[in-house]
Amino acid sequence: MRFSFVSKEVGNGLRRNFTMTVALIVSVAVSLSLVGAALLMSAQVDRMKGYWYDKIEVSIFLCGNTSVAFTCTGTVTEEQRKNIETVLGSLESVQEIFYESSADAYAQFKEQFAGSAILANISPDALPESFRVKLDNPENFEKVAGSLQSVQGVESIQDQRQLLDRFFQILKGLQSFALAIALAMLTVTVLLVMNTVRVAAFARRRETSIMRSVGASNMSIRLPFILEAAVAAIIGSTLATAGILASKYWLIDAKLAPNLTFIPFVTWTEVLAIVPMLYLVGVGTTVLAASVTLRRYLKG
Amino acid sequence: MINFDSVSKQYKNSNTPALDDINLNIEQGDFVFLVGQSGSGKSSLLRLLLKEEKPTSGTVTVDGINVAKLPNRKVPAFRRTMGIVFQDFRLLPGKTVFDNVAFGMEVIGKSKKEIQQRIPALLDLVGLEEKAHRLPSELSGGEQQRVALARAFVNKPKLLLADEPTGNLDPSTSVGIMKLLDRINRTGTTIVMATHDVAIVDQMRKRIVQMENGKIIRDQERGMYGHTGQ
Repeated sequence: MRFSFVSKEVGNGLRRNFTMTVALIVSVAVSLSLVGAALLMSAQVDRMKGYWYDKIEVSIFLCGNTSVAFTCTGTVTEEQRKNIETVLGSLESVQEIFYESSADAYAQFKEQFAGSAILANISPDALPESFRVKLDNPENFEKVAGSLQSVQGVESIQDQRQLLDRFFQILKGLQSFALAIALAMLTVTVLLVMNTVRVAAFARRRETSIMRSVGASNMSIRLPFILEAAVAAIIGSTLATAGILASKYWLIDAKLAPNLTFIPFVTWTEVLAIVPMLYLVGVGTTVLAASVTLRRYLKG
Repeated sequence: MINFDSVSKQYKNSNTPALDDINLNIEQGDFVFLVGQSGSGKSSLLRLLLKEEKPTSGTVTVDGINVAKLPNRKVPAFRRTMGIVFQDFRLLPGKTVFDNVAFGMEVIGKSKKEIQQRIPALLDLVGLEEKAHRLPSELSGGEQQRVALARAFVNKPKLLLADEPTGNLDPSTSVGIMKLLDRINRTGTTIVMATHDVAIVDQMRKRIVQMENGKIIRDQERGMYGHTGQ
């Protein structure tokens, strides 16, 4: 089977089936854009997790003179503070311990809210002293909290991760939503491929029957149909890739990153890693759908 | 070349067998007319030769190959050893005469050079060298069948099957086609032709295998249609 003969057949097929080909290309492009968006979002979540989980700490607030927790009997004593530090030091997942006194907390507070009216109403006493603990893995919070909950002098334990997780959940929700639409669109694409190939096979049943009778192999009879679908899929995948790259360049890099400097955004490496997956999914599903259809409609 | 050994074929939704205990031997280089009314089993016999159907019992051998046992993936290569001509020509309407004949070589992967070399000689053989770049719709029925013959013969098959090749042609045109088939036969190609064209069969004086209700009722060298030889 010579290349020029096959490519001529493929070109003819695509032209004859023009409207269906366009529908196929658009459908592949849209579904892959959504697949790409979902992958991009998942890469973004991973990147932010890596960045922020590294920075988050567990805060152990100690009792002040107004504390009402059952572990508190007035302001934390020197002995209680020592005891808490010992407990923290004995925990396996604790990596680093910082102590922040009320005065330290107040100094930081002043810096953060400089010029604000709030400052006048807060005295250093109102801000509790605390231990800031860094864990080897933020997932181990429960263990640490469990062993400190009932220790005298601890007022409350706060996991910063919980604040972040609420945000991640929203992103994950968006990601699943994009994936669900992508799946629906991929299903539509598969059905469209099957229909397109069936129509093409029917339109060319005379040619294929002649090819069979002169002894063309099954592969060479089916190849032009499969290649037609693959060409449409490659064009569609390329459009989707262009969309993903454009959104990195014009949306993330040009609009989001300069304004949201505290968020680490996906890098080009991560974006480019998505591209082969798009082609794989796009061309793979299409070729598979075409082959299955041909098996049914072009009997060997 | 071709051997049918007690071959029967029973289609699923039929009470009577399409072929009933057929024994037939055709040698390399033979020219055989397969005659009989519609439904007598001619087409079933040709379909078995092409492995479009499998016999219910018995064995069909073509060129030493047991056709029923041929694995599906080898069927294309098997069909390349034979040429086929149909009553309705089966040319590709969008392709020129040249391209239609070339198609037979292209699908089996012959090079452009081989194609360019082979086809002019072949078109010359069928008398269409002047019309190489016409479309089938611009040709007469006889010319279309010549194109189909050229395509069937393009890969020099050992066996050529013709299913009513003159069925759509007028008598004088048919004579031309038969002359062509005779020439092809003289190159050593075995020809099996199903027909019920009385005039042609009588004129050619070739071997006749007559079928009726799935049975061979006459097998005669240099026979004539109307004469049963009894």
